[in-house]
This record gives sequence, C-alpha cells and structure tokens, in this order.
Amino acid sequence: MSETDPRANTDTAPGDEQHDSLTTYLVGLGLAALLTVVSFFISGTTLVWGPSIPVALAVLAIAQMGVHLVFFLHITTGPDNVNNVLALAFGVLIVVLLIGGSLWIMAHLNHNMMPMDQLTRMQR
Amino acid sequence: MSGMRPAAVAGHIGGPAEHRPAAGSLSKRIVVGYGFWIFLLSDIVMFSAFFATYAVLVDETAGGPSGKDLFNLTNVAIETACLLASSFTCGLASIGASRGNPLLFHAAMAVTFVLGAAFVGLEAREFAGMVARGAGPTRSAFLSAFFTLVGCHGLHVSAGLLWLLTMMAQVFAKGFRADILRRILCFSLFWHALDIIWVALFTVVYLMGAGQ
Repeated sequence: MSETDPRANTDTAPGDEQHDSLTTYLVGLGLAALLTVVSFFISGTTLVWGPSIPVALAVLAIAQMGVHLVFFLHITTGPDNVNNVLALAFGVLIVVLLIGGSLWIMAHLNHNMMPMDQLTRMQR
Repeated sequence: MSGMRPAAVAGHIGGPAEHRPAAGSLSKRIVVGYGFWIFLLSDIVMFSAFFATYAVLVDETAGGPSGKDLFNLTNVAIETACLLASSFTCGLASIGASRGNPLLFHAAMAVTFVLGAAFVGLEAREFAGMVARGAGPTRSAFLSAFFTLVGCHGLHVSAGLLWLLTMMAQVFAKGFRADILRRILCFSLFWHALDIIWVALFTVVYLMGAGQ
C-alpha cells in the first residue's frame, strides 16, 4: 500500500506547497525580479525595433504571471492539482474572450462608424 | 468510511503535520482553498472587464494629457518592487504559519504590511498629483478608465492590508488553530493574486502607455 503514491488519490489546496518552500519562494522572487527589470529596461530602450516592444512586454508579463502562479501560488501540473488547473484554465478562457472580444468588437465599430464631424454635421 | 479507502489520506507524505492533522480538516482545507481560488478567478475576470474598458478607451484623451505625459516610471518601478517584495515576505509568513513559528509569521507579516502600505501611499500620491494637474478622472474617458482600473487594484491592496492586520491579531490571540491556518492560506492566495494583477497592470497601463 505504501509503495503506491497516496497523493494520486488526494487533492491539494492552491497555495499549499509540497517541497522545501523557502527555496521555491527565493527562486520565484529571483525570476520575477529578473523579468520585471527586463520589462522596464525594454520599455525605454531604442536598441530594438519600436513596434516589437509591446509584443515583448506582453510576452514578459505572461511569463512573469506564470512564474507567480508556479512559485508563489504553487499551481503545478501534478495530479493533486488538476482541479486548480482546470479552474484556472476556465478563468483564462473567460478573460481572453472578454478582453479579446471587447477589443475586436470596438475596433470594428470604430472602423464602420461615420467620422464624428460628419455625424455632427448631419444632426444639425 | 473505513471500507473502501482506508489509508489514502493518512499516508500522505511530505507536508508539515500542522497542515494535515486529520482526514476531516485535510478535506476542509482543500475545499476552502479551492473555493477561495474560484473567488480569485472571478475577481480576475472582473479585472479583465476593467482592462478591456481601459484598452478600448486608452486613446480617447479628449485633447487632454495621455499616459506619455502623465506616467512617472521611476515611481511605478518603486511600487512594483514594493509589491513583489511583499509577495515574497507573504510567502515567508505562510512558511512561518505552516511551521508553527509565530516570530517568523509576525515579522514577515509586519514587513508585508509596511511594503503594502508603501505601495498604497505611492499610488495615492500619484493620484493626488494627477488630480492637482487637472488630470483627474473627469478629464477624459482615458483618465476615467485609468482611475477605475488602477484605483480598483489599489482598493484591493488596501482591503488586503486590513485583512493582514486581522490575521496578525487572530494569530496573536488564538494561535495557529486549523481555522486560522485556513484563513492565512486564503489571505496569502489573495495577496499573491494581487501581485499577478499588478504585473498585467504595470505592463499594459504604464510601460505600454509611457512608451507610445
């Protein structure tokens, strides 16, 4: 009985860690600080092609959110974390739909709407 | 109860004993943590609505100042450092709680409070400065969205500071009881989630706004 992994049958609360947790927090702090410093450096630099900067910033931010999830909130890919990851995946889906959908619809509305000066001239 | 899965829970390895004193409180801790995780995700969905509003309205400055004119990245860098460091010390506090070490817990929570209060203070000073320059939330749709989004995060941090003091008082008065430990778990989840939202916030609002 003790040979099989008992953890496979149980869940873990989000935020509960299994291993030496101080190391986890230190690694997380180091990685997050590194990504933050790179973000702030990239935002003001002229070393790279200008339009690529927002893309780089978005990638760095998503990477840092991943670092926070893994090292601070202890969301892992282990079998005890399936429920937490599924809830997270659903949350991310809603966030993507909400932000992406809003931007998409509003950009089209802007594009299809008559320019404001013409609209006000018609109303006179 | 004793029929099908006798030792699956009792044989759990690795975790500190304070976390898992018995089967009943193990499942309760998991249920509470999971429920709070669902709440945090719904909170993040609410923030995503504010982010969408901000992204739609970011160019509607109505002839007023844009982010490029207003944002002070040095201030934002200090705020970011405060919040990231406070996330780390909050982690130290939960280590202190799980090891039953009140000194580590109280010291780490006190440092977390100071860093969080410094963050709120810097943000309040930034807001006051913007309002004094005539760039308050009524100036343009961009500024309305900005104050709503950033202010909502600031309110969350302020509420978190109150919760932090409550947790210190509860541990001081009642010690590391199982129910107190569950509340500490929820508090640390809340605090770390606020830092995640701040990562999105300083990237989308400040860095992208100042670099336009």
